[in-house]
Amino acid sequence: MEQRITSDADLKIADKTFTSRLILGTGGAANHAQLAEAITASGTELVTVALRRVDPAASGSILDVIERCGVELLPNTAGCFTAEQAVRTAKLAREAFGTNWIKLEVIGDEDTLLPDPVELLDAAETLVADGFTVLPYTSDDPVLARRLEDAGCAAVMPLAAPIGTGLGVRNPHNLALICEHADVPVICDAGIGTASDAALAMELGCSAVLLATAVTRAADPALMAAAMRDAVNAGRAARLAGRIPKRHLANASSSFEGMADL
Amino acid sequence: MSIEVNGEAREGIATITDAVAAVTSARRGIAVALNGEVVPRSEWDRPLADGDAVEVLTATQGG
Repeated sequence: MEQRITSDADLKIADKTFTSRLILGTGGAANHAQLAEAITASGTELVTVALRRVDPAASGSILDVIERCGVELLPNTAGCFTAEQAVRTAKLAREAFGTNWIKLEVIGDEDTLLPDPVELLDAAETLVADGFTVLPYTSDDPVLARRLEDAGCAAVMPLAAPIGTGLGVRNPHNLALICEHADVPVICDAGIGTASDAALAMELGCSAVLLATAVTRAADPALMAAAMRDAVNAGRAARLAGRIPKRHLANASSSFEGMADL
Repeated sequence: MSIEVNGEAREGIATITDAVAAVTSARRGIAVALNGEVVPRSEWDRPLADGDAVEVLTATQGG
């Protein structure tokens, strides 16, 4: 069933609304100044952070960067391999940052960083029951996406491609299927390489895009952040506009009627 | 009494507040796990026991 979007509105996730449909991950930035420039250029209102041991040698906190940029913080459970680890990390993040929002990541192996679907669903159920607003990073499996939604997740975040690969949307059909059937926002998370990848994700029906490496490791992060902002907006507009159907043969836009006999 | 703070054995640590102070002067954006369990800030003055492992965590860059 083709879902037609007929009017645009702000992105609503759980009890919050966002004007920007780009969520920026902060991993990979060379320094805080460069990260701040990228956040500002991206127009994002929500950025992710990881939870790690304090580094006594660290100069400045990423929390200061986030506060100066006037954006909201979304902690993640990056690096967790089990539901138990992820649940503990989410509880620590809630304690540290005073938010019950969590980007839930439960990874299956170090080489692909693909989600472990069994542990992911287990952790999602536990965290929802504990009052968390859960945004799970998931594989592009429509069945798993539905199970996560049924478990009470506030959004589902299927990958475009494995984290950090920049391969773009590897399975547009699955991503479109997830978008068609979900009643919560679908946020394409991970694997975006360049602006056209972000635009495609939005054209397929995603409500938002979450990316980090594509911006933070670009040669000019602020310029790529601006490109991603524009790509997400363009992709969203194209989705709303309703693209023409694809055809096998040409279809003249100039009428043959009234052609001169030359 | 030996307490492990972020993987490093330390002496002279009696409470979680001491453990936090040993690694950071920041108080905002800090969470503590004691032997894997979250300890709310209101309980940071609870006494530690020999061999306890304390994790002092904060935000860092991450996707």
